[in-house]
Amino acid sequence: MKVLKLMLKNTLRHKLRTALTILGIAVAVVAFGFLRTVVTAWYAGVQASSPNRLITRNAVSFIFPLPFAYRDKIARIEGVETVSYMNWFQGVYIDKNQFFARMAVDAETALGVYPEFLVPDDERETFLRERNACIVGADLAQQYNFKLGDVIPIDGDIYPGKWEFVVRAIYQPRDKTVDGTQMWFHWQYLDERMKQEMPGRAGEVGWYIIRISNPGDAGRISEELDALFQNSRAETKTETEAAFQQGFIQGTGLIIQLLNFLSFVIIGIIMLVLGNTMIMSARERTKEYAVLKTLGFSGGHLTVLLAGESLIISLLGAGIGIALSYPIVGLFSLMVPKSWFPIFYIEPVTLVLAGGAALAVGALAALFPIQRALKTSIVDGLRFIG
Amino acid sequence: MASIIQVQSVSKSYWRDSFEIPVLNNISLDVPEGEFLGLMGPSGSGKTTLLNLIAGIDRPTKGKILVGNTDIATLSESQLAKWRSHNVGFIFQFYNLMPVLTAFENVELPLLLTSLSKKERRDHVDMALKVVGLSDRMHHYPKQLSGGQEQRVAIARAIASDPLILVADEPTGDLDKHSAEEILTLLERLNKEFKKTIVMVTHDPRAAEKAHTVRQLDKGELQ
Ligand SMILES: Nc1ncnc2c1ncn2[C@@H]1O[C@H](COP(=O)(O)OP(=O)(O)O)[C@@H](O)[C@H]1O
Ligand SMILES: [Mg+2]
Repeated sequence: MKVLKLMLKNTLRHKLRTALTILGIAVAVVAFGFLRTVVTAWYAGVQASSPNRLITRNAVSFIFPLPFAYRDKIARIEGVETVSYMNWFQGVYIDKNQFFARMAVDAETALGVYPEFLVPDDERETFLRERNACIVGADLAQQYNFKLGDVIPIDGDIYPGKWEFVVRAIYQPRDKTVDGTQMWFHWQYLDERMKQEMPGRAGEVGWYIIRISNPGDAGRISEELDALFQNSRAETKTETEAAFQQGFIQGTGLIIQLLNFLSFVIIGIIMLVLGNTMIMSARERTKEYAVLKTLGFSGGHLTVLLAGESLIISLLGAGIGIALSYPIVGLFSLMVPKSWFPIFYIEPVTLVLAGGAALAVGALAALFPIQRALKTSIVDGLRFIG
Repeated sequence: MASIIQVQSVSKSYWRDSFEIPVLNNISLDVPEGEFLGLMGPSGSGKTTLLNLIAGIDRPTKGKILVGNTDIATLSESQLAKWRSHNVGFIFQFYNLMPVLTAFENVELPLLLTSLSKKERRDHVDMALKVVGLSDRMHHYPKQLSGGQEQRVAIARAIASDPLILVADEPTGDLDKHSAEEILTLLERLNKEFKKTIVMVTHDPRAAEKAHTVRQLDKGELQ
């Protein structure tokens, strides 16, 4: 590295320009990491989905219910281990801005088909025993300061009336990909009240969650299941949980694709910022490169000199950007309610992408100045007047 | 004495957008070893071009140039670069030092291309700076030096790798009378004490006085 010292000193030559370029790259890397994290958060549901869970919903639409009577028929299909079910309960807690998932679940089977919700044994038992008990995620408990024994009052909307649930268990998400902001209570509790107050809506199930023993059977079981209810009052549509989640976010898919696209536009912007700096610097030094060549330095030396400077700037910028991403993403996830993006963290692959992009951008931004420095003859370089 | 530089029937043209600019026309010139040659002539007469050809940073359109028995036209670009670093010391009108490097580092620059150890490089640089009388300024940056001092650093850089010939293109062109005098005295000393062959382009009659031989170039022809 004969030119190392000159490379470093060149990098520090216009301190403000270099600092601004590094800052620009750092900001872009933060924006990139942030956008990718939002995108990841959206898709986290899909990624967290289990391959041995099927979801059966009303074939017309997710918002229409299915009869409770389907449960036993489904359970008889070969390869089905457990049949569970839930309803989207919604309701208003405090005010309409307090958004988190509130579901009526079959308490007996729900924790079995969702083993990623970890509950201490004693809490699980209390939850199962009491009809108006509920279970909340640890993140939700933290956000609203829920403790065991607390009563959560909810104004029903889909299911009208005043509702009260007692917190009897708090679940821990098994890992970062699991949503820790849900609230579950007994479907039977909901159904009993419906029987009394609105008998027409008793025995309604939002969707079935079916645990199968072998993920390879998913196709066959889905077909058999849907065939079972063909031509009935409520036809079904069964798909793997991953497919179901994807369908769920399809409405927002366009925005996500846009964010995804933007995150790569940002890389293009870094490229222009750095490319511009390198071209300016290299142009000002045209005569110096000619002098170096005169003294016997080769094209290889000039390439190292220019590419090195470009890489120093891009990697410093990326390093600073990555370091800043953690506190910024952390701050964001503190500021927005946890239930908006239940799963919000920087994936390692995002950092690898940012680092790799910085490397590529560093090399690419030097390409044009290198080509120019090599092509300019010594005599033209010496006669160059910046 | 044997010729160290032989320029044989050299012509040189530049092309700009497909039209030819003839600059040198059938030049022949022999420079004996230990010579201090002055090249004079009006601006645009081709002095710099001839000097660049001798120094191997440009190639003739026609003819042949031998320096120390090497036909430099036969060398590839990279061989030529290496050849220059061993054989030619350059002194420019505007010094052309690297502004981000200290005097010491500027003088060390051509030595980075040799196999010398760090210690040996240091000795060479110290020696060269002593010859030009700037040992006390080795850690100064070019912008902290006067024009005359910058040119002396440039001369130290040119002699640090002990080249066969020194080429100087209007080395006093940008200097005041006093500094110019110092530079010329220094070149004279390098020629006399260190037996360096020097080819110096100038249009300053006082500079030409110091040379042993003066040749006039006019409209691309040697008089
Ligand atoms: N690289 C070049 N490209 C085009 N024209 C050049 C180039 N170098 C020199 N010339 C032309 O050649 C002529 C001689 O230039 P030069 O050798 O620099 O003269 P001098 O040094 O005697 O002033 C001038 O007309 C100049 O414009
Ligand atoms: Mg000239």
